[in-house]
Amino acid sequence: MEYFVQQLINGITLGSIYGLIAIGYTMVYGIIGMINFAHGDIFMVGAFIALITFLVLVAIGITAVPLALLIVLIVAMALTALYGWTVERIAYRPLRHSFRLAPLISAIGISIVLQNYVQVAQGARVKPLPPLIHGGYTLFEGNDFAVRLSNIQVIVVVTTLFLMVGFSFLVARTRLGRNMRACEQDLKMAALLGIDVDRTISLTFVIGAALAAVAGLMFLLYYGVVDFFIGFLAGVKAFTAAVLGGIGSLPGAMLGGILIGLIETMWSAYFSIEYKDVAAFGVLIVVLIFLPTGILGRPEVEKV
Amino acid sequence: MSPTQILVVEHLTMSFGGLVAVSDLSFDARRREITALIGPNGAGKTTLFNCITGFYRPTVGRLQLAHPDGASFMLERMPEFRIAREARVARTFQNVRLFPGMTLLENLLVAQHKALMLASGFTVLGLFGSRRYARAEANAIDKARYWLDRVGLAARADDAAGTLPYGAQRRLEIVRALCTDPVLLCLDEPAAGLNNNESAELNKFLRAVREEHGTSILLIEHDMGVVMEISDRIVVLDHGLKIAEGTPEEVRHDPKVIAAYLGVADAELDHVDAEVAP
Amino acid sequence: MLRDNEPSKPPAFVAAAKEAALSALVAFGLFVTLIGVRTDQGPTGALVIATRFGPLAAIVAAVFVAAFIRALVFRDATVISLGRLVPPRVTAVVSGLAGYAAIAFLVVALVVPVLAYTNRYYLDLAILIATYTMLGFGLNIVVGLAGLLDLGYVAFYAVGAYSYALIAQNFGLSFWICLPLAGILAAFAGLLLGFPVLRLRGDYLAIVTLGFGEIIRLILLNWQDLTGGPNGISGIPRPSFFGLPFTAGENGFAATFGLKYSATHRVVFLYYLILALALATNWFTLRLRRLPIGRAWEALREDEIACRALGVNTTTTKLTAFALGAMFGGFAGAFFATRQGFISPESFAFGESALVLAIVVLGGMGSQLGVAVAATVMLGGFELFREFAQYRMLVFGAAMVAIVIYRPRGLVSTRTPSVFLTEGKVIPAAIVQAARTETPA
Repeated sequence: MEYFVQQLINGITLGSIYGLIAIGYTMVYGIIGMINFAHGDIFMVGAFIALITFLVLVAIGITAVPLALLIVLIVAMALTALYGWTVERIAYRPLRHSFRLAPLISAIGISIVLQNYVQVAQGARVKPLPPLIHGGYTLFEGNDFAVRLSNIQVIVVVTTLFLMVGFSFLVARTRLGRNMRACEQDLKMAALLGIDVDRTISLTFVIGAALAAVAGLMFLLYYGVVDFFIGFLAGVKAFTAAVLGGIGSLPGAMLGGILIGLIETMWSAYFSIEYKDVAAFGVLIVVLIFLPTGILGRPEVEKV
Repeated sequence: MSPTQILVVEHLTMSFGGLVAVSDLSFDARRREITALIGPNGAGKTTLFNCITGFYRPTVGRLQLAHPDGASFMLERMPEFRIAREARVARTFQNVRLFPGMTLLENLLVAQHKALMLASGFTVLGLFGSRRYARAEANAIDKARYWLDRVGLAARADDAAGTLPYGAQRRLEIVRALCTDPVLLCLDEPAAGLNNNESAELNKFLRAVREEHGTSILLIEHDMGVVMEISDRIVVLDHGLKIAEGTPEEVRHDPKVIAAYLGVADAELDHVDAEVAP
Repeated sequence: MLRDNEPSKPPAFVAAAKEAALSALVAFGLFVTLIGVRTDQGPTGALVIATRFGPLAAIVAAVFVAAFIRALVFRDATVISLGRLVPPRVTAVVSGLAGYAAIAFLVVALVVPVLAYTNRYYLDLAILIATYTMLGFGLNIVVGLAGLLDLGYVAFYAVGAYSYALIAQNFGLSFWICLPLAGILAAFAGLLLGFPVLRLRGDYLAIVTLGFGEIIRLILLNWQDLTGGPNGISGIPRPSFFGLPFTAGENGFAATFGLKYSATHRVVFLYYLILALALATNWFTLRLRRLPIGRAWEALREDEIACRALGVNTTTTKLTAFALGAMFGGFAGAFFATRQGFISPESFAFGESALVLAIVVLGGMGSQLGVAVAATVMLGGFELFREFAQYRMLVFGAAMVAIVIYRPRGLVSTRTPSVFLTEGKVIPAAIVQAARTETPA
């Protein structure tokens, strides 16, 4: 029982990270119907930028953890958002009116570029970071097992919640959010009504990238190690989460993320750790076959 | 089901979640006749077509199709390709659906897929150059050539379908459907976008198809010139309900039909009745 | 009439300089962390950083210059179309040569071993190119003809390779029996995968196939008892010349034909083997295109709904494409296993699927010649930059993006009809539908 609760906590933490990445997938898919294959690698870039910023801050003498964290958060979000913006401008926008396979190929190309760029720039070896946030709470004990909630886990979940609320507000109440929803419904019509479609789409990518950066930072703090390949797996799992929750739905992305995090953690804990990634892919396939619109998605009718 | 009927629609209802597109619709189409479905936009005509041709599964209702040789099909249970292949119901689409990157000839050969597949021994025999397949393909090409001639497209047989002008695309789509040797041909707005000459040609053509090949035709159309000219019977839909059924003469003077098209409020119906009564 | 107080427009220089400065700023933002700072593991295992402001400054400067030139010279073009740079007459001539190109290609392919007999390196490269060409032919059936997005093609390659290895090792059957068996098993895998997923929308299908590819790799990696795990399977029986082993002994190939023994004999045989397999795949595909199944595949790609309305069972049509594509992938995998003598899960990662997909798409979907040319160009180009090992993947990715932007229909951008009444005319790619990522509305 205690073990189960611990896995529950771990799963929710991991799931929050996936959820943040999944939001990026679901937003982009909702607005231009494209799977941003490179989004996972944007997450990876965000993690690296966070890492480097940390190291730079330490080198110039800023060691107070809360302050450093705040600066890293802002810098990572800003710079990763820049990556998201650049990728969209260079690789996706020219293809907006091309045949539908083109952006996917382009995204695969960008994914390869980003992975190798980081590999060339920083070396192929893993990059460890000593744990910055220590401590936690022991919730309860029993059966020789102490259920712990670490501070970093609290930070991850709280930050995620905060961003989710803020983001939902953005989509529901602000003009940008309204523009995004309009573009999602009918891109051509939105353009005809005077919405700056290019800018709205750019901002969608930018926000998605910023959230992925936060996920990257959380990943870095939680696991303490990054390498150039984390984007691929995290990306597929986050995409699975987005689909599971209902592609195009924001709360769906978060729900999906938590579920995937739980599935992965439980599977590793109770079955086998080597095949945990297979569990994620398996879930993806099962969901797509039996519930293609996801849990919170809207059922689609094929118009003939 | 009587021998004069080819399609019997009974209590057909199609609803999408909360939206009811077709409600308790019953009518029949007669053999060797041209039956037209008319009604204002949003009346449920294309939805009805989609139900008949298997693209939608009806929520409630029966769709029974009877071949001249007595074979009977329950269309509400069949997937669309079986309806096309076994029940021999062919259709065209509101927004023309051709194979744009393939030539006209290739388009028509795809329509004869079933016969050609059998002749090629499901590909295996065809792979090694069987004569039976070569003959079947030659026959199929002949049939394609025949239909292309009938609509004046033979000269463009080797052009890509996507390069055809709009009117020609519509004609191609119709003959492609005819290449499947259908018993019932469902045409969704075949006259849309055609000028008067082309409409007249279309009328002639459809009548000829009916006479020479015994094909029954079900037609959705807005062009009253075409509808009144060639239909044997007309069914009028509005908001998913059947509001009238009968010969062109009967329907033309039906006050409910007039009201539906002119948008008269229900309260004024009696008033219109009085005005229109002979 | 110009009024006196109307401000004169700033010279083009200034506008270009502004644009360039903006680009340089963006570049700075992008590269300041990842290039400006280098992290390495220090003596204690913790990371230490070093600054690389030199390279950072150089790159930012380069971006500035490039942006400046672009703004100045290509002022009005948002996407520089290469097509506009090449005069139409040249394009027409080049298209006309396409038929001859195919023959020339074939001739060159046949004599490569003669030309490269002494140079093992080129021979190996030729084998590599031929292998990927065959994979391209196989995937072409799925993506190019039927328009189904398969991102996990490597799975069938792997199934073919491992099937071959396990059957050959455990049952001692000859290559000529194991090869078809491997192909059949791969086809079976194709059916197994295809059956539940082929009704999915285009981009979902892509991701599911990607997932399947990864699942296969993970299973190969972890099912140690069967597959040897990360160590793979070694000691796979090498091919023989129809029974004559390629050894130096009395009953070997060399001795039987009165030649001096050379290890190159086997390599040449392998080359002709894969060439024959690739040509067989090519012949097969061309035949199929002219049969109803091939036409149904292409019709499926053009408009699936119209297909169904014409009585085509789109599910079995898709399954056939999938299974056949998988079978050819399996054949290629079997060849790979016997050529290497050793296989491991490393060779079957997603990158392979991406590479083969790139070959098919960039070759010009549906075109066999395009696939062959694309394979040659990409793999040849890849090898050319061998010294820049790390950078070449980077360039490969960038090239993929560039090609899909500037020449989206690939190298061969026409389609030849499979049957004609009077005269076959090529159809420009712009009209032909490409693989879809959504169900048609």
